[in-house]
Amino acid sequence: MNKPATPNSFRTGPDEQGMFGIFGGRFVAETLMPLILDLEKNWNEVKNDPDFRAELTDLSTHYAGRPSKLYFAEGLTKHLRDVSSAKGLGGGAKVYFKREDLNHTGSHKINNCLGQILLAKRMGKKRIIAETGAGQHGVASATVAARFGFPCVVYMGATDVARQSPNVFRMKLLGAEVRPVTAGHGTLKDAMNEALRDWVTNVEDTYYLIGTAAGPHPYPELVRDFQSVIGTEARAQILEQEGRLPDTIIAAVGGGSNAIGMFHPFLDDRQVRIIGIEAGGRGLDGIEHCASMNAGSPGVLHGNRTYLLQNADGQIMDGHSISAGLDYPGVGPEHSWLRDSGRVEYVPILDDEALEAFKLTTRVEGIIPALESAHAIAHAVKIVPAMDKDQIVIVNLSGRGDKDVHTVASMLGMEI
Amino acid sequence: MTTRIDRRMAKLKTEGRPALVTYFMGGDPDYETSLSIMKALPKAGADVIEMGMPFSDPMADGPAIQAAGLRALKGGQTLVKTLKLASDFRAGDDETPIVLMGYYNPIYIYGVDRFLVDAKASGIDGLIVVDLPPEMDEELCIPALKAGINFIRLATPTTDDKRLPKVLQNTSGFVYYVSMTGITGAALAETGKVASAVKRIKGHTDLPVCVGFGVKTAEQARVIGANADGVVVGTAIVNAVANVLGPKGEKTADPAEAVATLVSGLAQGVRSARLAAAE
Repeated sequence: MNKPATPNSFRTGPDEQGMFGIFGGRFVAETLMPLILDLEKNWNEVKNDPDFRAELTDLSTHYAGRPSKLYFAEGLTKHLRDVSSAKGLGGGAKVYFKREDLNHTGSHKINNCLGQILLAKRMGKKRIIAETGAGQHGVASATVAARFGFPCVVYMGATDVARQSPNVFRMKLLGAEVRPVTAGHGTLKDAMNEALRDWVTNVEDTYYLIGTAAGPHPYPELVRDFQSVIGTEARAQILEQEGRLPDTIIAAVGGGSNAIGMFHPFLDDRQVRIIGIEAGGRGLDGIEHCASMNAGSPGVLHGNRTYLLQNADGQIMDGHSISAGLDYPGVGPEHSWLRDSGRVEYVPILDDEALEAFKLTTRVEGIIPALESAHAIAHAVKIVPAMDKDQIVIVNLSGRGDKDVHTVASMLGMEI
Repeated sequence: MTTRIDRRMAKLKTEGRPALVTYFMGGDPDYETSLSIMKALPKAGADVIEMGMPFSDPMADGPAIQAAGLRALKGGQTLVKTLKLASDFRAGDDETPIVLMGYYNPIYIYGVDRFLVDAKASGIDGLIVVDLPPEMDEELCIPALKAGINFIRLATPTTDDKRLPKVLQNTSGFVYYVSMTGITGAALAETGKVASAVKRIKGHTDLPVCVGFGVKTAEQARVIGANADGVVVGTAIVNAVANVLGPKGEKTADPAEAVATLVSGLAQGVRSARLAAAE
């Protein structure tokens, strides 16, 4: 790809057409176009509205439990310093975790859902639809729908319904209707197709609560803005706790909402190295991975142009990851732009490496991380021993891993 | 510039009847069968052919067309082969307009410039690309118009009078009115509503207005055709193919014949549309 010229700021996108360079846009059917424009109009009205902000902040504080803590992971830091010493390096940076796992519903997903449900309420919508892969966004959507009294339909691939049954039950308890999607291969991208089909059918009263920083403009922007609370807090917290900015920040990227939320407030701090972690699955040589930015190419899907896993005919491939939350063959368009502009590095972590990091973090920190977050930790495990002791790394711990214990047990050959 | 679409629509206007626009999925269930289906369409009374370009993620399509696309992809269909279907068809028919319908990504990956050259050479007359609204006209619509290929836009019940001019601005060939908010193959909207929507659009453009989404029977074609310049039938045709395929995709009867039987009936419908309207 051509490398765009380095901009003065990496934080000004998207442009009026919803583009981040060549990425993003509004690739939707005409039926949806007036709805997207209406959403954009409403979003532009509320994004700087103090009353809207105040309501969101109040809910974030008292309902979701924000701010989330920035935690010095002393156990992991010590472990990695031992590794460094054993290699004769004598280093090992300090590792901090941004504790999004401590939020209500157990992940960063609630940040976006609270923002969007307030938007839906303002727009006078009567019904919420959402797509979900692992079920985290489905649970967060069902949660805010319950809290604000909206009927909620969650589309979930039939394959995911089978492998994430506790979250399916949670959504049902919260009053949502979970519709299994058998089209395609029954995973997240098929759920997203089906949610779009619902939206195109129920245009009058339905709000589509997209779970990640992807889809047609203005979704990538508004989801990013709702998630940027992560990076804004982390930046202030590290300045308070360490008196300086971190050297490196790391987050896992599926669609990329936790990562863009973490990264965006740091983008113009050029001294901060920013690394996004893609799901390397069983390796990038085959097709069993979800590393769209490392092994895919730009294409158009689900309303935006972005890096996709696709074949030479432009047909979208099904990815693979041990983590259902990273199991998506695309990525948010702003990540694609940050990749091509060189501001953010994107590297893959394999299933096995994530699993090791999951076990390690559980053992040395007493924290069971989500498998998504374990990908980010795994990269820290790789690079921290070679860093200096006075350096600082922040890993976004985007969610807790209770939901993943069945997957991990089966990977380890155990039955629970 | 006039295209086969312009000429065909003008001819039907002098005949005083609406066009029967028939959609089939390119490569469903395999290349040779779909070529035989394509050839059968005009013989059975189709005036314009819409050929579906299969895509893995057809967000605006109902279960029937989704399944047809997957059958085609499983049968090895690609955009290269879809264009070849058109040129093979053209060897025996240089009159019937061919419109490609589908989603943008396969064209984007093929390369827009190369695609337009190859599409023109294959005898393609028009394009309907579901996920390219007027806001994205620079992507394909403008280059297509320059290449002499019609870009047929969808107008929908959500396209209000304020937005219609934007939608119609770079549209050529005909306007495709989507009869309801929904996906292909859903139930047809109230015909009275459709008729007034067609009238509304005609107030903004001189282009022919064809109506699709939900038209399945000869009777529906007749009623819709009373007011519209054309009637588009897709899901019913795709289903006629699916109905003669066994559980493993084996043919239990000739798909081209099944499609021809259906299309003959639909052709009767559109040919009696204006008679009915005059009654």
